[in-house]
Amino acid sequence: MIEHTGSYQNQPGPYFGPYGGRWMPESLIAALEEVERTFTEAREDPEFIAQLQDLFTNYVNRPSLLTEVPRFAADTPGVRVFLKREDLNHTGSHKINNVIGQALLAQRMGKTRLIAETGAGQHGVATATAAALFGMECTVYMGEVDTQRQALNVARMEMLGAEVVAVKTGARTLKDAINDALRDWVASVDTTHYLLGTVTGPAPFPAMVRYFHSVIGEEAREQVLAQAGRLPDAVCACVGGGSNAMGIFHGFLDDPGVELYGLEAGGEGMDTGRHAASINLGRTGVLHGARTYLMQDEDGQTVDSHSISAGLDYPAVGPEHAWLHDTGRATYEPVTDTECMDAFQRLCRTEGIVPAIESSHALAGALRLARRWADEGLVGPDTPEAEQKIIVVNLSGRGDKDVATAAKYFGMLPDAETPAGGDAEAVAARPEGAQS
Amino acid sequence: MTETVNTVHSRTSEAIEAARAAGRTALIGYLPAGYPTVEDSIEAAVALGNNGADVIEIGIPYSDPVMDGPVIQAATSQVLADGFRIDSVFDIVKAVSARTDAVVLVMTYWNIVDRMGVDTFARRLSEAGGAGIITPDLVPEEAGDWFEASDRYGLDRVFLTAPSSTDQRIKLVVESSRGFVYGVSVMGVTGARSEVSSAAEQVVARAHEAGAPRVAVGLGISRPEHIREIGRYADGAIVGTALVSALRDGGPAAVGTLTAELATGAVRDGAGA
Ligand SMILES: Cc1ncc(COP(=O)(O)O)c(C=O)c1O
Repeated sequence: MIEHTGSYQNQPGPYFGPYGGRWMPESLIAALEEVERTFTEAREDPEFIAQLQDLFTNYVNRPSLLTEVPRFAADTPGVRVFLKREDLNHTGSHKINNVIGQALLAQRMGKTRLIAETGAGQHGVATATAAALFGMECTVYMGEVDTQRQALNVARMEMLGAEVVAVKTGARTLKDAINDALRDWVASVDTTHYLLGTVTGPAPFPAMVRYFHSVIGEEAREQVLAQAGRLPDAVCACVGGGSNAMGIFHGFLDDPGVELYGLEAGGEGMDTGRHAASINLGRTGVLHGARTYLMQDEDGQTVDSHSISAGLDYPAVGPEHAWLHDTGRATYEPVTDTECMDAFQRLCRTEGIVPAIESSHALAGALRLARRWADEGLVGPDTPEAEQKIIVVNLSGRGDKDVATAAKYFGMLPDAETPAGGDAEAVAARPEGAQS
Repeated sequence: MTETVNTVHSRTSEAIEAARAAGRTALIGYLPAGYPTVEDSIEAAVALGNNGADVIEIGIPYSDPVMDGPVIQAATSQVLADGFRIDSVFDIVKAVSARTDAVVLVMTYWNIVDRMGVDTFARRLSEAGGAGIITPDLVPEEAGDWFEASDRYGLDRVFLTAPSSTDQRIKLVVESSRGFVYGVSVMGVTGARSEVSSAAEQVVARAHEAGAPRVAVGLGISRPEHIREIGRYADGAIVGTALVSALRDGGPAAVGTLTAELATGAVRDGAGA
C-alpha cells in the first residue's frame, strides 16, 4: 500500500508513484519528447482546445448520453444503474476521443502518417477514421488471432483506406501488435506518429491519453448530478490497458465517497492461468515503456493473456491504474468470460442495448457490486429513495463487432456455419444450456 | 558520476584499446543465448571469440524484443519455445569466458534483469565472468539501480545513442556508459543491410565530440567491407544478424568462418600484417 494525500487528479507523469516512466529504446526518445512538447503546448492553446471541442461536438457526437437502465438493475431493488454511453460515439467506442486528440497533435507536428495497434479493432477503426478525416496515411497492426475474431473491423479499416497488417509473432494478439507498431515507428518516426490506443506505454502516453478521455468522467459527473441529484456511490469500468476506465475515473478521483471499480478480464478463471487480470496477478515489471503490473513468468518473460474480448486481451495495464491500486483509491477485480457474457445477454434482453464484450465486464462488475450491497443488507425493496445506491457504468463500446463471437458463444449459429477453428475459444467457453 | 566510472576497471575498454593498439577496429559479435541449443550457443560463441572477435555479446531471448528484426526474432522465439530458462545464461557466459580471451557482455531487454533483481543479476553475471550489460531498452534516466549495481560488481554498462538523439541526450548517454557507447547506425531494428547507413559517421562523431573515448557502430553491419568503412571513424563494429543467419544455416563452424572473414575488414589501413 502506498500512502497518498492530496488530489489524485491531473497526475502529470512520467511517474505515478513507482510506476510509469520511459523504458524505451533511445531511438524513440526524441520522438516521445516531441510528442510531449507538442501536447504540453497544445493543451494551453485556446485554438487547439476549440478545434478539439468542435470535433467532439460535431463529429464524435459528444456529449454522450447517460442512460438509466432500471430493467437491467431490477434484481437488486434499491440500486440504480446508469450507463455512460460511449457506445454512441462515432465509430462505436470511447477510443475515438483519444484518437481525435492525438491526430490533431500529429497534424501540429507535421506528421503525414498514423500507425496504431489494435486488439478489438475499435482503436484501429477510430485511427483509420481520423486518418481519412485528416487526409493522412494509416497502417494498423493487429494480431492475427484478433483479425480472425474481429474480421468485420478489419474490413471496416480497409474501407476507410487503412492498411491492416496481421501480426504473426508471439501470441498474435494485442501485445505483439504493439511490438510491431514500435518496430515500424523506430524506422518511420520522421513522418509518422504512433497513435497509441490506451493509457499504457512510455511517457507522455499515459497522462496524455487520459487527458483526451477525461471528458467521459467530466460529462458523467455533471449528468449524474443533473439526473439523480447527487454523486454516484460507485463507478465501474472495464480495464484492458485502462483508457476508458481512466477517462471516467478521472472525473471522480477527488470525490472520496465515490468508489471506483476497474474490472479486469478474468478469462476462464484466475486459477486456470488463462486470463488477462494483470493487477490481480500482482507482479510488477516493465513492458512497452512503462513500469506497471504485468503478466510474466519467473524469468520476466511476458505470459500470454486470454480473454473472450480481444480488447482486454493484454498482459499489462496502464501505470496510473497500478498506482491507484496501490494507493487503494480504486479497486480492481477480475470478471470471468462466463460472468461477462451473462451480463452481455442481460443488457441485450432488458434494455435493448448490445454492449461490447469488453464493456460487458464492467456491467458484470456492477451486477456483482449490487448483489454484494443487497447481501450486506445495505439495499432492498424498502430502501427509501434518498438511501438508494447509484452505480455509473462506463459502457465503453457497442457490440456490433462482437455479434459473431456472441452468437457462437450462445449457440445461435446453425451448426453448419460454425467454423471448426476460428473462435474455438468462444465455443469451448459456452455454458451448458446457453442455447436460446 | 565520472568519478565512479574511473574507479572501476573496465574490461571492455581494455579489449577495445588492445585492438586499437594492434591496428584493428574492435570486432564485436552478437549471438543469442541458447540458440540453437545451449551447447551449440556456447560452441558458436567460442568460435566467435577464437576467430577474431574482441567482444562477445550474449543476447538473452525475450518475449517482446521490440528492437529486433525478423532473423533475430525467429531465433530467440525458437529458443523460448524450447523452454529456455534465464539461469542458463550464466552457465553460457561462464563456459564462453573460460574458453576464449574475448570479453563477454550480456545484451538484454530490461524486464529480464528487473524480474531477477538488478543486484542479483549483476552479482551472478560478475561471478560467471561477464564484463557488463548492453541495454537496448533502458535509458540512463531509468537506470539508477543499474548504476549502483554495476559499480558494486565492476561491470560495464553500454547505453545506446541514435541518429535521433539530441546533443543533450548524447552527453547523458556518453557520461552514463562505461566500456563503449553503442552507436545505432540507422533508425530501425536489427537486420543485415547491404550498405552502412550514411547516418553512422555522424552518430559516431557526435558521441566522440561529447567525450566518448570509444564508440562502436551497430545495426545492419554484415560484411568485411562494412567494417573497413566503419573503422575509418569508429572504434568498434558490431555484427549481429549476419552471425545469427550463419549459425542458423551452418552451425558453430559457420560462425567461425564468418568471423574470420569479418576480421579481415577490421584490420586498419596501414596497420601492417
Ligand atoms: C469497447 C472497448 N472497451 C474497452 C477496451 C479496452 O481498452 P481500455 O482498457 O484502454 O479502455 C477496448 C479495446 O479495444 C474496447 O474496444
